[in-house]
Parts: sequence; C-alpha cells; structure tokens
Amino acid sequence: MRPLAIALPTAPRAAFGKLVHNEARLAWRQPAGLIAGVGVALLLLIIFGVVPHLQESSAQLGGLSAFEVYVPILIAFVIGVLALSYLPGPLVSYREQGILRRLSITPVPPSWLLGAQLAVQACLMLATVGLLLIVSTGFFGLSAPKNLAGLALAVVVSIAAMFGIGLVIAAAARTSGAARGLMAVAFYPLMFFAGLYVPVQVLPSALRGISHYTPLGATVRAIQYSMFQGFPPAAPLLVLAAYAVAFGLLARRFFRWE
Amino acid sequence: MDLQTCAADGRLDVQARQLPLRGTPAAAPLNKPATPVSASRPTQACSRPAVEISHLRKTYRGLIAVDGVSFAVAEGEIFGILGPNGAGKTTTVECTVGLRAPDTGTIRLLGLDPQADKDEIHKIVGVQLQESSFPAKLRVAEIIEEFRSFYRQPADVTELVEALGLAGKRKDYYRSLSGGQRQRLSVVLALIGAPKIAVLDEMTTGLDPQARRDTWQLIEKLRDRGVTIMLVTHFMEEAERLCDRVALIDAGRLVALDTPAGLTARARGGKRVRFLPSAPFDDRLLAGLPEVTEIERDGRHVVVTGTGELVNAVLFALAASGVTAHGVQLDSSTLEDAFVRLTGKHLTEKGERS
Repeated sequence: MRPLAIALPTAPRAAFGKLVHNEARLAWRQPAGLIAGVGVALLLLIIFGVVPHLQESSAQLGGLSAFEVYVPILIAFVIGVLALSYLPGPLVSYREQGILRRLSITPVPPSWLLGAQLAVQACLMLATVGLLLIVSTGFFGLSAPKNLAGLALAVVVSIAAMFGIGLVIAAAARTSGAARGLMAVAFYPLMFFAGLYVPVQVLPSALRGISHYTPLGATVRAIQYSMFQGFPPAAPLLVLAAYAVAFGLLARRFFRWE
Repeated sequence: MDLQTCAADGRLDVQARQLPLRGTPAAAPLNKPATPVSASRPTQACSRPAVEISHLRKTYRGLIAVDGVSFAVAEGEIFGILGPNGAGKTTTVECTVGLRAPDTGTIRLLGLDPQADKDEIHKIVGVQLQESSFPAKLRVAEIIEEFRSFYRQPADVTELVEALGLAGKRKDYYRSLSGGQRQRLSVVLALIGAPKIAVLDEMTTGLDPQARRDTWQLIEKLRDRGVTIMLVTHFMEEAERLCDRVALIDAGRLVALDTPAGLTARARGGKRVRFLPSAPFDDRLLAGLPEVTEIERDGRHVVVTGTGELVNAVLFALAASGVTAHGVQLDSSTLEDAFVRLTGKHLTEKGERS
C-alpha cells in the first residue's frame, strides 16, 4: 500500500462532504470523546470560575489569578485529548476493521477518510476553544484576549502539532488497545508540562525550561501571552510548527492503510 | 452467452467513452458492438477479455499462494472460481482488483493494469471482499449514500437495495444487522458504482436459501446488462446455476477450467444413461457405437457410459432393433463429484452447505 499521501481528487468532491458528514455523525453518536474532552474542560472551567479564592491575582503566578492561568491550560487540554485519543482511536479501528482497505478499491482514496476525520476533530476543537473563551469572558469576568489574531494562530499551530503526534500514534499502534496505551503514555506527561496539575509558573526552572519545548507547554505559553500581553513570541510558535512538521513527516512515512 | 451482451447498453456506453484505452492493443471503441472472433466458442464472443490473467504467481513469506494461474473472462460472462479453503482464490481476487501486487505474471482488466492504472480500475470495478465491516454506529442508508457519492455514475440504489432485501433496513445501525444482512450490504456497495466488472468473493456465504436465490437473480440481471462477473464461491449449486464457466483452483494451481456441465462430464469420464430395455438385447448392439465406452448390467437395468450425443445414439440403436428403453435416467452427478474427483478433496464441510 502507498504511504500516507494526499491524493488528487479523482472522485467527486461531494464525496468528501459525505465522509465528513458521516464522521461527524459518528462523533455525535459515540460521545465519549465529546464528554471526555469538551465536557471535562468545561466542567473544570466552571469549577475554577465559581471558587472566589481562585479569582484573586497572585504574585506567585506572575500577577494572574489561578483562573486566568487555567484558561490556556484547559484550551491545551481540549486540543490534547481530542488529538491524542479521539483522532488515533477511529483511524486505528478503521484500519483494523478493513474500512481503509475497502476504501482503497473505490475511486475515493482512504486518505480522504483521514482528512474527514481531521476536519471533524479540528471543528470540534475550535468550537470548544471558542466556547471556553466565551464562557470565561461572559460569565467569569475574564478580560477579552489582548491579541485575537495571535491567539488564533497559536491555537491553529497547536492543533497541527498535536494532529502530527496523534497520527504518529495511529501509525505506530496496530490495535485500538495499543493506541489507547500510547495515548496515555503521551498524554499525562504532556499535560504535566502544560501545567494541568501544577501551573508551570511554580515549577522549578529546569522543568519550566523543558515545558517550553513540549508541544502543550508551548501551546499554553503562546496562548497565555496572546490573552494577557500581546502577539506571542516566536519561540513557542516555532516549537509547535517544528512538532507539526516533524511528526507529520513521521506519520506520512509510517502510516499504513492496512 | 448471447452476442447482444457484448453490445453495451446506453448507460455503459457513456462510461466506456471515459475510459482511456492506454496500453490496449485492441483499441476498438467500446461503444461499438464488438465483432465476435468466433461465434462457436461462446466464451470468446467479444473482441477482448474483460479480465485477463496470465501466469499469476504470489507468495507470502516463501509460502506459495498462487502458482502460475492463467485464465481469461469474456465480457458479460459470469466466471466462477471454485476451490477448497487456502487454495488461493482470495489471493487471486485481491491481485485482480489491485489490492496486492503479483510477484510475477500480468493482469489486465479491460486492458488496464490494476497496479499502474488504479484510478481507472476503481471506477469500473466493483469489489466485495470477504472480510469487510463498517462503523457500528452508521445507518445502512448513510453507508450506502457515502459509497454512492464516490462514483460519478452510480447505479439505481432503490433497485439494488430492494433486490438485496435491505429496503426495510435502511434506518438500522450497521451493528444491529445480522451476518447475512451485512453480507448483502457489502454486495450492494460492490455494485453501487454500476461497475463494468464485479468481483464478488463468497457473496452468498451466510445467506439463507431465499436470500441466496434473490442474490443469484440480481447477478443474472446484471449479466444481462453486460456486466462481467467474477465470482468466488463455495457453493456448487451457485456455480452450477450462475456460472458460464468455472475455474477449479487447488493448492494455488488451476486444476480445470470448463463450463459446469463440462466439468461434471469430464470428472466421471463421460455421460451415463440408465434404462430398462423392453426386450433382451446383445451388448454388441451398443458396444459398436462410437459414443459408447462402457456397458454395465444392474439387474434388469442397463447402464451405458459414453460421450457426445450418447442418449440419442443409444435410443436410436435400440429402436432400430425393435427395443424400447423405459425409465431412461441421465446420471445426476454434480459439480461436487467433479470437484472431489479432480482435487481429491471435499469443497466444504457438510454442515456448511445449504
């Protein structure tokens, strides 16, 4: 079988729309991903929002409140959960079930199904990130992001980087079980460096340095900067872009359709 | 096969014109009725084969799956591939549709190479694979709509869905379908692109007898429209009823290739007639006939084995001597007998048969 490659359309373009539609139906009918990603993030946001103590700005957190620190972390959490778990999961099971193989003998290349899956996940991520921002500014007094374009850019490169990592998991895992194992191995350390358990600001400086070079750590840094200061510095954006390119190429090299 | 099946109908014409005839020596326009090469050989009635496989060989890690198989399927023919488990049938099919690359040998589908001309092949070949499944939480109609959108000139979905008895299941989730219903859905999806060649790997396995007969009827209807059908099967009844010709494959090799009747006749070394003569007669009366090879007596009955127009020859010779044959029976040996004789194996477990 061919390695992962985006094929030129030889089938009707409308077919891609149908694929996206059916993948969206599947995401809706198997809502574990929605609940774990979107639901948990929203719940945590609301909990942080309603505890008055967490709204007080703290010198330890660089003048931000705990709530303000956690909004970017929850955005990174949503991108991480969806890309690491709810992207490789369906792809690996489609390969296990022979769905990708069956597609490879139709005019539609199986890469279109992968594309449809990416499109659905990206929409879900963007919608959730939007929802988190609206809820935190609308209900919990978060000030509007300082630089919206910078924020959008940070979210987009972060999604690309995490998609790359998710696709490498889908390439490496032969079974759905293996995909879940790899997801857990990758997800918890990445979330640690994103500051989910302890905000990065209070980590020892060595760990903080490592955090800046992890994909979700760089995500939090870029988003936090664009929300409270201005256009994010180049470093985290370049780190994310490097992850996107490196893991995208790895996935392209090793992904198998059957 | 009747010659008209070569002259594609209007719907097929449109597809044929879109088909680039790259690397095809017989570049006769497909939209013109082809001139038969030889009307006496029904399998060669069209100018070039729909499927042409020569010296196909495929090994998996040193294990030979297919070992030098060659055959050609005429346009509009229903061609059966029979063989015991592990004979290489599925490997042959997978190479034919381009899912696997042969080690050596060539394959052409309407002149196209399944490896080099994938895009064109996928437009004109519909495939049903033995093991395929779909997402559990999609409905039947949603899966069908998705696959329909892959083709620029899809088949009539309503007709297909009704012919395969899925009309009442359109709103059901895939996971709630029975094995037979899933099987029928995969046949729908193989045919949904209105293919010129349909390759079906055990399409009726797991179906109840009624559904099996309905599926056969659909396949015959498609053949009447000029679709070429390559059919891997387990069921002798299916091969006998549907196939114009059958390839017997065993241990990766082509053991025999003939019409179902021809295979049956070949396997028992000829035809056999059994009758009760109205009066005693001398064996020499029949032994002298060129058609007769053996005469046996079974009590008062006579059993004559031979070839060609055996029945006519025997009855005529008897009548000429004033003997009437009563209770004439033609041997009812089946393709199954032929199979056992040619391969020394049984095709299926007894319990598996309908």
